Amino acid sequence: MEASVTLDLEQAATKAESKRGFRIGLPAYVYLVLFFAFPLVLVLVYSFASRSATGLTVLRNWNVDSYERIFTTPLVLEIFGRSVLIALATTAICLLVSYPFAYYIATSSPRVRNILLVLVMIPFWSNFLVRTYAWRVLLGSDGVISQISQALGGEPVRVLFTISAVLIGLVYGFLPFMVLPLYAAIERLDWDLVEAARDLYANGWTAFRRVTLPLSMPGVVAGSILVFIPSVGAYVTPAILGGARTVFLGDYIVSQFLAARNWPFGSALSFVIMFVMLLATMFYFRVGAKTL
Amino acid sequence: MSARGSSRVGKILGFNAVLVYIFLYAPIALLVVFSFNDNRNVAIWTEPSLRWYGQILQDAAVMNALRNSLVVALISTIVSTVVGTMLAISLERFRYRGRGVLDGLAYLPIIIPDVTMAVMLLIFFFQAFGLLDSLTGISLTNGLHTIILAHIAFNISFVAVVVRARIAQFDKALEEVAADLYATRWQTFWKVTFPLILPGVAGGALLALTLSLDDVVVTQFVSGAGSTTLPVYVFGLVRRGVTPLINAVSVVMLLASMILIALSLGLQRGRSGRAADEVVEPASMFERVT
Amino acid sequence: MAEAAVELVGVRKQFDDEVVAVDSIDLTVEDGEFFSLLGPSGCGKTTTLRMIAGFEFPTQGSIRIHGAEMGLMPPNERPVNTVFQSYALFPHMTVFENVAFGLEMQKVAKADVASRVRRVLDQVQLAQRADARPSQLSGGMQQRVALARALVNEPEVLLLDEPLGALDLKLRQNMQYELKDLQSRVGITFIYVTHDQEEALTMSDRIGVMSHGRLLQVGDSEEIYENPKSRFVADFIGDINIIDAEVKGPGVALLSNGREVSIPAGHPPSGSLALALRPERLALHRRGDTAGSGRNEMQARVTRRTYYGDVFYYDVDAGLGDMLEVKEENRPEVGRHDVGDEVVVSWSIEAANLVTE
Repeated sequence: MEASVTLDLEQAATKAESKRGFRIGLPAYVYLVLFFAFPLVLVLVYSFASRSATGLTVLRNWNVDSYERIFTTPLVLEIFGRSVLIALATTAICLLVSYPFAYYIATSSPRVRNILLVLVMIPFWSNFLVRTYAWRVLLGSDGVISQISQALGGEPVRVLFTISAVLIGLVYGFLPFMVLPLYAAIERLDWDLVEAARDLYANGWTAFRRVTLPLSMPGVVAGSILVFIPSVGAYVTPAILGGARTVFLGDYIVSQFLAARNWPFGSALSFVIMFVMLLATMFYFRVGAKTL
Repeated sequence: MSARGSSRVGKILGFNAVLVYIFLYAPIALLVVFSFNDNRNVAIWTEPSLRWYGQILQDAAVMNALRNSLVVALISTIVSTVVGTMLAISLERFRYRGRGVLDGLAYLPIIIPDVTMAVMLLIFFFQAFGLLDSLTGISLTNGLHTIILAHIAFNISFVAVVVRARIAQFDKALEEVAADLYATRWQTFWKVTFPLILPGVAGGALLALTLSLDDVVVTQFVSGAGSTTLPVYVFGLVRRGVTPLINAVSVVMLLASMILIALSLGLQRGRSGRAADEVVEPASMFERVT
Repeated sequence: MAEAAVELVGVRKQFDDEVVAVDSIDLTVEDGEFFSLLGPSGCGKTTTLRMIAGFEFPTQGSIRIHGAEMGLMPPNERPVNTVFQSYALFPHMTVFENVAFGLEMQKVAKADVASRVRRVLDQVQLAQRADARPSQLSGGMQQRVALARALVNEPEVLLLDEPLGALDLKLRQNMQYELKDLQSRVGITFIYVTHDQEEALTMSDRIGVMSHGRLLQVGDSEEIYENPKSRFVADFIGDINIIDAEVKGPGVALLSNGREVSIPAGHPPSGSLALALRPERLALHRRGDTAGSGRNEMQARVTRRTYYGDVFYYDVDAGLGDMLEVKEENRPEVGRHDVGDEVVVSWSIEAANLVTE
């Protein structure tokens, strides 16, 4: 025979429920703490370490040399600046191209919409390396684009191994990451609001600017984050399309570990880049929240 | 469509869409075409041939890398899907102390650049193995096991995000009514919750599989001798120059993705509901974030 | 005397954020009755229902079903079933599978499951749609599936949470009749939550009116309507005129327009109270006509008249601040008045309900 409920009993029941929830999430919790949070702390620790003569990391003589080097060496700042700039350019181009595109898909009839979405998803699911590599083939001085331009009487195209090539590669690689959130945000829009605006004498463009665009801002924010972040730390794309002359952050960091063997410096770089990401994320969210 | 304003605007949007699709598919299409080219020089078309595909099968390094990729992808996908789904359920359906922390922690791997992730895990395994050696004398090196552990580390979060989006759409009343109809928690989960979040779980699994097969930097940093994966191997080759063999391998990798998608589409059609659910599923995770 | 179907003693529910949803209620629902919990949104009626079902536990108090204390028993162990406002039909199962679900969970033999499901589907006239999916059915049909799914388990008590809210008027009225009919045939105790007082009045054996987590009054339809014990109940059920007054002596009260009126016995010896009068209890007469004995009279002027086909509603100004609402039948014997007419408004002394809170 159950007892009638008192405060203690009810609280105990609630606590038992909480415990169950915690236990279900526990494997993930443990795994993430061990293989993610802890390694992150290690990186921070290493960034203050020193480097021995033979290139090994010495966990003594703690210093901020690595950070000092980052913020005072012109070369490093240049690399940072270049990477951030190209990421911003990539994000901007992706946004400009994707918005009308996502708008078109979101305003199509459901059946057409599904087909169009699948057609966007196919490149999304395809191997990233391969998609970047395809441009390597296309942009070479004897690649297809070059052949076409020569056939038309022009010069062979020398885009490969320039910053433009990296930009093209980044836009190509991350376009689906911008399209999907934009599509999701626009598709969820309450079109009655747009009609209400038209009813109140707004023309098409004004209705778009004052209603549709602000309401789709969450999608713009999400897409921008998803493009900007991998672009800043891009490694594969600049490595394949960029060549040795222009150094981007991704490759610079990697070389600290594989070539230069300066782990403290590399760790500091990794940490700073992550910090930049978090700042960018917060910035985007704030901008997005303000327009709403 | 009144949403598109005038038909002129609609036509411009449509034209833009066509251009974008051409932009998306042309490079891949050209790659496929040229992989059948007989000429050693990648860009000059001579005649169709399958010789480079044949060469793949005889190339031990490629086959080894391919096998490693598949093993890693399979294991890491299974583990991260199970753990990630549990994480999603825990975060969405329960409240407990520390949930906020776990929530934030779960989002970090998605936001973090993969170079940082690679560096983190490189240092971690280095330290961990060193510690293990000094404590027990067992010395381990990087290998497939470290790659798998690394892939699981980031995939848990991606699976969780996709599944959470699906759970959020799920009407909680359905679980309550199942309990009202005498189902135990276990029965409720398997007969009601799981079938309805399955598109999310499958979408998450597909995402994890793809991310694992795609990964270059993290894998490069935590792999050891003889344990390289296909994308890392191809990446190494590409840096040395473009060869028709790479073309062929690339097309094979592309084909694998297409087959995966086709399989998901086919699976989905068998069940009722919208076709292509899993394939389109990641779009819903963005609905959540926004 | 059959044991009470549901008994709530001192049941209180407070959520973590200090919100008191249910503020210590005592309630007895008799076996086999159709009982409604009536009140505006946020009054705690749904929370109370959920506590009986087991989806929430009370912070304090006792809930007994046919004498058995529920305590912290989870919903899948309680002998009650619920019909949800949103129906909550399993979208991935057919109608048959939905209805059979509870029986399967109780491990009923397959053959029995089939026959019981068929029988209850016949009762709600959905036998021919047994293989359809919920998404293919109309709102009314979905509602009946939800009902069938609960009833097939032959629960001791059936709980219904505003089940007709999503239906349009005509359908809702039909379903109200069907539900009432079903309940009397099947004989199961129904506890029905609604904010629609008309629904509660027409369907229930007894009604419990709730506001802000408290149970204000329990009684049958007539009692609640004719004898509301509080301003809130008077105002919530049907239309009401509430006239503030001061007790002046035995059977006499002073109104704000300076008139003295007679009030029924049983009032406190002094202080303020209110007269609650249903519009149909007020009558209008031409100046100079007599209202009759045993009635209070006042002069007033018609400010508005609304035609409802079968009745007229008059708003009259008797100098009390608010307008008085008078309902007169549209019959030739009953005189009509126009806007602006000077009239006399009257009511039978005994018809006034005295409410003090």
